[in-house]
Amino acid sequence: MAALEEEFTLSTVPLGAGPNGLLGVEQSDKTDQFLVTHGGRTVILYKVSDQKPLGSWSVKQGQIITCPAVCNFQTGEFIVVHDNKVLRIWNTENVNLDKVFKATLSAEIYRIHSIQGTEPLVLFKEGAVRGLEALLAEPQQKIETVVSDDEVIKWTKVFMVFRHPVLIFITEKHGNHFAYIQTFSSRTLSKYTLFHGQEEKSVIQNFTASVDRKFISLMSLSSDGCVYETLIPIHPRDPDENQRVVRSLLLKTVVAGNAPSGVALTVLDQDHVAVLGPPLPASKECLSIWNTKFQTLQTSRELPQGTSGQLWYFGENLFMLHGKFLTVIPYKCEVSSLAGALGKLKHSQDPGTHTVPHFVNWETSRGYGFGSQNSEQSKRILRRRKIEVNVPPPAFEQLLSTIKKDSEKDIEVELCKFLAVKRTPDFHAIVGDIVLELLGRHTTEPSFYPRNSLMQLIQTHVLSYSLCPGLMEAALEKTDVQMLQLCLQQFPDIPESITCACLKIFLSISDDSLQETEINMESVSDCSDPVQEKMDEQTEILQNGFNADEQNCDSCDRKLNQKPQDAAEETTSCPVVPKRAALLRNAILHSAYSEMFLLPHLKDIPAQHVTLFLQYLYFLYLKCSENATMTLPGLHPPTLNQIMDWICLLLDANFTVVVMIPEAKRLLLSLYKFVKSQICICSELNKIEVSFRELQKLNQEKNNRELYSIEVLELF
Amino acid sequence: ASTSGAEHASARARGAAVERDEPPAIGIRCVAYNNQSNRLAVSRTDGTVEIYNLSANYFQEKFFPGHESRATEALCWAKGQRLFSGGLNGEIIEYDLQALNIKYAMDAFGGPIWSMAVSPCGSQLLVGCEDGSVKLFQITPDKIQFERNFDRQKSRILSLSWHPSGTHIAAGSIDYISVFDVKSGSAVHKMLVDRQYMGVSKRKCIIWGVAFLSDGTVISVDSAGKVQFWDSATGTLVKNHLIANADVQSIAVSDQEDSFVVGTAEGTVFHFQLVSVTSNSSEKQWVRTKPFQHHTHDVRAVAHSPTALISGGTDTHLVIRPLMEKVEVKNYDAALRKITFPHRRLISCSKKRHLLLFQFAHHLELWRLGSTVATGKNGDTLPLSKDADHLLHLKTKGPENIICSCISPCGSWIAYSTTSRFFLYRLNYEHDNISLQRVSKMPAFLRSALQILFSEDSTKLFVASNQGSLHIIRLLEGSFKHLHTFQPQSGTVESMCLLAVSPDGNWLAASGTSAGVHVYNIKHLKLHCTVPAYNFPVTALAIAPSTNNLVIAHSDQQVFEYSIPDKQYTEWSRTIQKQGFHYLWLQRDTPITHISFHPKRPMHILLHDAYMFCIIDKSLPLPNDKTLLYNPLPPTNESDVIRRRTAHAFKISKIYKPLLFMDLLDERTLVAVERPLDDIIAQLPPPIKKKKFGT
Repeated sequence: MAALEEEFTLSTVPLGAGPNGLLGVEQSDKTDQFLVTHGGRTVILYKVSDQKPLGSWSVKQGQIITCPAVCNFQTGEFIVVHDNKVLRIWNTENVNLDKVFKATLSAEIYRIHSIQGTEPLVLFKEGAVRGLEALLAEPQQKIETVVSDDEVIKWTKVFMVFRHPVLIFITEKHGNHFAYIQTFSSRTLSKYTLFHGQEEKSVIQNFTASVDRKFISLMSLSSDGCVYETLIPIHPRDPDENQRVVRSLLLKTVVAGNAPSGVALTVLDQDHVAVLGPPLPASKECLSIWNTKFQTLQTSRELPQGTSGQLWYFGENLFMLHGKFLTVIPYKCEVSSLAGALGKLKHSQDPGTHTVPHFVNWETSRGYGFGSQNSEQSKRILRRRKIEVNVPPPAFEQLLSTIKKDSEKDIEVELCKFLAVKRTPDFHAIVGDIVLELLGRHTTEPSFYPRNSLMQLIQTHVLSYSLCPGLMEAALEKTDVQMLQLCLQQFPDIPESITCACLKIFLSISDDSLQETEINMESVSDCSDPVQEKMDEQTEILQNGFNADEQNCDSCDRKLNQKPQDAAEETTSCPVVPKRAALLRNAILHSAYSEMFLLPHLKDIPAQHVTLFLQYLYFLYLKCSENATMTLPGLHPPTLNQIMDWICLLLDANFTVVVMIPEAKRLLLSLYKFVKSQICICSELNKIEVSFRELQKLNQEKNNRELYSIEVLELF
Repeated sequence: ASTSGAEHASARARGAAVERDEPPAIGIRCVAYNNQSNRLAVSRTDGTVEIYNLSANYFQEKFFPGHESRATEALCWAKGQRLFSGGLNGEIIEYDLQALNIKYAMDAFGGPIWSMAVSPCGSQLLVGCEDGSVKLFQITPDKIQFERNFDRQKSRILSLSWHPSGTHIAAGSIDYISVFDVKSGSAVHKMLVDRQYMGVSKRKCIIWGVAFLSDGTVISVDSAGKVQFWDSATGTLVKNHLIANADVQSIAVSDQEDSFVVGTAEGTVFHFQLVSVTSNSSEKQWVRTKPFQHHTHDVRAVAHSPTALISGGTDTHLVIRPLMEKVEVKNYDAALRKITFPHRRLISCSKKRHLLLFQFAHHLELWRLGSTVATGKNGDTLPLSKDADHLLHLKTKGPENIICSCISPCGSWIAYSTTSRFFLYRLNYEHDNISLQRVSKMPAFLRSALQILFSEDSTKLFVASNQGSLHIIRLLEGSFKHLHTFQPQSGTVESMCLLAVSPDGNWLAASGTSAGVHVYNIKHLKLHCTVPAYNFPVTALAIAPSTNNLVIAHSDQQVFEYSIPDKQYTEWSRTIQKQGFHYLWLQRDTPITHISFHPKRPMHILLHDAYMFCIIDKSLPLPNDKTLLYNPLPPTNESDVIRRRTAHAFKISKIYKPLLFMDLLDERTLVAVERPLDDIIAQLPPPIKKKKFGT
């Protein structure tokens, strides 16, 4: 969630807007230190966290600084231009700007760019670009003219793309705008005409840009108060041709249309932009943070003393002129979490500031942009839900009233519309209310069972048992196995009694009725094939580790081996039909429970069902032990621990009953044998642990150097 | 001989400390956290009390030596950052944190003291005694005054806790908890604790700890492994958590009363938090949230600072576990800290005679290092032609622990001090025989020393006594003469804890726990200058030969070099301050405890902490955050260019650890003393056995 922190004032010297105001704020090579160039004669280096100046330099009376001072990140020196043509380079140890290095150039400089990782780049008013080193080597070199007559550079920025700088500048000629992209990796300059699209009358007031791998996203703030985005490829297909690029609407009316002055725009990160300006025609000026992805206003801060339409953003700090002082507002955008979002809603209402009350309706603002979509933006549309553009989102109340009286079909249609709308923070609560409303009607009028709507609501992934307490009971009543499975998979907080009731239904439902239902069979089929007949071998192998001459164990073995062949098959092929297996495996075994609460309910399950379930669990166990990792195949298989826990629980709850059932005898015997072997393994492991400890001790003694030793050590 | 770099033969005295009658490792008995000063007081089973400054990188800035008869059972802070302890000798002790001595000891007349608690307003002190009495003391500005007894109970009072309003107290005894009304002094409720332990009736159930919350809940921890919640208004059990198969020995509650921590005899620390029952209801309940297993033995004491859980116990480690949700910046302060070794030097060496003096709680050991005639290549262990000799085992007289000790560089003098006496011995070497002669009639002012140092030529003895004075004594053959005493700066009573003398004998540097380092001119016997005070305490001091540069290490891992003749920081020190230390250097968690110099290489500074030693070569470029700080020796087959390019000023070796002491004996010999953790663990009683496999 984006947030603005408490603002503070940086300079104590009042500044005026206009030519004697602020020329620029630039980063220096130290974090937290910034170069502030006052229009006129002064450059001040501030340490922002301390709010104090570290150094100040002025040019002589009569000279005038024409371009903001920058820091050369490669050398740590500062560079400023005065009187358009004169470069001054100095460092923090210099006191007087008159005595520092000076270079007079042959053409007028528009701007010097300096970013991490490359030498400073000098942009001349005629559009030529030079690296600083090359320029200093021959200051009087001829500078070519790139832009035509009457074309004036309006704005410029530089990026690093794949470790090479890319410079963009925008020019204006008779109300038309052109973008120039200068790449330094391939030394190409490409020119684009910015096509205004439908809103010809608006005048572009401010630019900002961000870059990703292939495109520069140029955002412009127009006099109609909207933000437009233009995507300009960094590497053009045909560099010589004058190409046109189309702009599209990104945010609608972020500032009041035809604001007199003081509007500015800057990109904060991928999804956020900061906008400076009055949100409504009559209101005071504001700094607002907008999320471009969701087109929502994240936060805003009123600037009652007015501002100058200049905004800089460096390393978590926004710089702007508030009244006559340079103000810093730290900006943070943390990864939003649900807890954070819920908590934020409460205290976002700071006293003294008030958030701007109007939100953009994203449906209508979308409608504008359709004519001039480019590929990037159409992709963005696809990502959203496909809905008819002109249908107004049905209000929650409207849906509720539909639920009260209309048919299931109508409800489904309304629900579809409702779910298509953007989710609000309290979406889960609203969905819970809808479910309760549906269930309420179901109780009063039993024939009404809006199954499809309920399924659709469950699949929103926001429901939990406690949000719609009656839902699972209703499904149990209707023996709606499919919905129960869905609930078990989705809800995190199902009481053990309900889990157990579901289990009962899953075990008791007839195979015929199972065939008719649609059940998520996720990865169960590959597990229902019979287990290979190698169980007996396995037990032999297990026994090699310990005393094999135990009478009991042998006798069971013998008994087992004496069983007819068909009985052996019975235990090793899946004892339940795949659909039932899917229910048990994907829903029940994964559900959360607490033994204490589950046990009493398990006692209520009829004995033959317990046996069936046990057989199935045992089958799963055998499946598990087929491979070395002891896992089941499939996407979300139950773990061995989950299977074992359920076996133990079932036996704990029903042992007295199960032990009396003849069908379960063979199963119990195998389980008994299994436990026995486990105990043997444990005791063996205990023995091994002791031996290992002895070995470790021996090893330590070997490593342990003497109490006193002399070693040779080569020291550097 | 190798082709590049110097070759040092290194003598390693490995665990030379472990000897026949080694006393058991000294476990932690109590911890007390003071919120105002962010300091932690820790008492050990031998009666030692240590003060850790949590703001200064967890540095152990002060300590009070132990005493055989003064086993501390309770420790608490009162208003104005006054520290009190109570112990089995029945005395309440107040400590003077400025002068580093005991302000007074006062008998409570109730037999051994088992528990102590300061009232929420900080002006009343409660002690629980062996005879079942709970005694209330009024804390006056300079002493404590007995006020009255509460109703006498049947058996010893093992734990006490005040209600935050100060009107009631809870007292844990054996088998029951009493709630007292402070005004009347009578027991309001008596809450019987179940002796049953997992169905088996134990003989007794000892209430090891109680905590009284402002809503009237009393939380108790007992020897049956239970954490129980009681309603003090009705005297009924509200909730029971069985958390261990052994004793739960300690409890500490946070100031906000939204979380508490308990420690068990199995070495586990459990964190309990007050959590909402459902997401939006106001009803809250205590839930056991996190278990931590940082100890192997009993966790005898726990404390809860606003941001961390602190625990200590029999295994001697002090563990500080930050609560991630309370830590705002996820920086290195959020890391777990385990403090095992003292933050001061316990070993001194005589370079001339190759002797090491080891200081223990109640005795000193003098060892002569062995020698070899063999040579070898890097990494070899050479056969010994002569093994190390245990020359001397010097037991202290009396019950007091040794505070500090020192052997002179020539090896002929040994000095040590306890809280009340100062001892000086003259050693005579005749072939293989060694004779020891005590110098008698020490002057009265030499009673208790915090630090002792001999000059390089062993003719002078410098003693930092408490109350801040520094004595200089000239040593003659078998006798001594008091030369001078530097009195502390007017108005300060802070004791000097660290001393350093220049090899030419002209300068003496002394530092306290917080004020700057003072440098004295010994020739003219006057204060020469004071190094500007720094926010963090000094952990080690040394003066370099020839240049007389004073090297100061601070607990925040900064190292300064100050030129004594020029009275200013050296150019190198300024450069490194400007550029900043490498972030990994600043993230080390043990302080530098010793600094020394190579006689022939003036550009080298050798320093060490518990886990590494470092040679700073001032002639090489400083590392920045992008370079590799721990730069192991580049393989010799690399070209010189690469070796030079990767070289920087910090040459770090972690080959010896835990490192208690390291010094250069001569140009080619380095002595390192390790204290292997295994040896400490071996001395501990066996931990509670837990089965790993099976049932």
